[in-house]
Amino acid sequence: MRPLEDDVLDGNAIGGLLIEVFGTEMTAEVGTCGSCGTAGPVAEMAVYLARMGTIVRCRVCDNVLMVFVEVRGVTCVDMRGLAQLL
Amino acid sequence: MEGTAVRGRLNDQVPRKTGAWQTATVDSVLDETPTVRTIALAVPHWPGHQAGQHLDIRLTADDGYHAERSYSIASAPGEPVAITVERLDDGEVSPYLTEELRPGDEIELRGPIGGYFVWDPAADSGPLLLAAGGSGVVPLRAILRYRSEVGSSVPARLLYSVRTLADVIYRAELARPADGVEVIYTLTRKQPAGWTGYARRVDQAMITEVAWPVAMAPLAYVCGPTNFVEAVAADLVALGYPPQRVKTERFGATGTP
Repeated sequence: MRPLEDDVLDGNAIGGLLIEVFGTEMTAEVGTCGSCGTAGPVAEMAVYLARMGTIVRCRVCDNVLMVFVEVRGVTCVDMRGLAQLL
Repeated sequence: MEGTAVRGRLNDQVPRKTGAWQTATVDSVLDETPTVRTIALAVPHWPGHQAGQHLDIRLTADDGYHAERSYSIASAPGEPVAITVERLDDGEVSPYLTEELRPGDEIELRGPIGGYFVWDPAADSGPLLLAAGGSGVVPLRAILRYRSEVGSSVPARLLYSVRTLADVIYRAELARPADGVEVIYTLTRKQPAGWTGYARRVDQAMITEVAWPVAMAPLAYVCGPTNFVEAVAADLVALGYPPQRVKTERFGATGTP
């Protein structure tokens, strides 16, 4: 596992955003990385918050799993990096 | 005035959607340390919460700019909702919450949030290993309060890493732990004269001494700055803790180690 920067968060930090987007609590759900196959709870994924949006990466291979961007009041979600989200 | 009255009636009648923002009122504030304050809130549509969950606060400036932050809930399920906030020097939100906010003031929040970093004694009876770095103690304190509230007798150990004794949050409460609860401090920057406890950052040797043996099927909750959480979680896994028995919540680079 590669070391991460000090201010990287985890999926707990976007619990509210996930409820907003999916309509339900998601941090305990298991997501599978489409690149390396690592499966784990959303709460343990690496989360990078920026004014422009939120990026969620695989903790093992750094692959981008989810991207959230707010465009004119609508949250757009790109989840192509996830093979599966139960 | 009429508009406000209508909005008030609508707010009361609209059913609460999961994740909806609502307006809460500050009930009381309590300074835990010179930079840390606990804020008790009166939340009109609070559905109850679990130990370990958090809520989101939203502040809106006059020009419509929003700032949102997440804060762990410091109170146990069934107790009035309270959050404990640490003032960060370069913070955008924490100076307002710890210095400006007064009883009677209103604040927007949503919650409770979180289904992973929660402790449900009915679901798991393993001994608890709680590891706190600085303000990471907040959700762990909620877990300990809940343990007392339900009369649980699972053995619990809190390893609490802080810079100095003066930085300990909930110090009086932690000085009188419930039966079966041990509180172990490590003071990383300055120790009082005669201190015989740990005096360094958490490392593998300390974790090996403090952690429950793996054979007891313990459950670990690690919370605090990212560096702290990464190190402690790795140490626990190295000791043989199954990764799924080590729950983590990272607060980023902020918060005292």
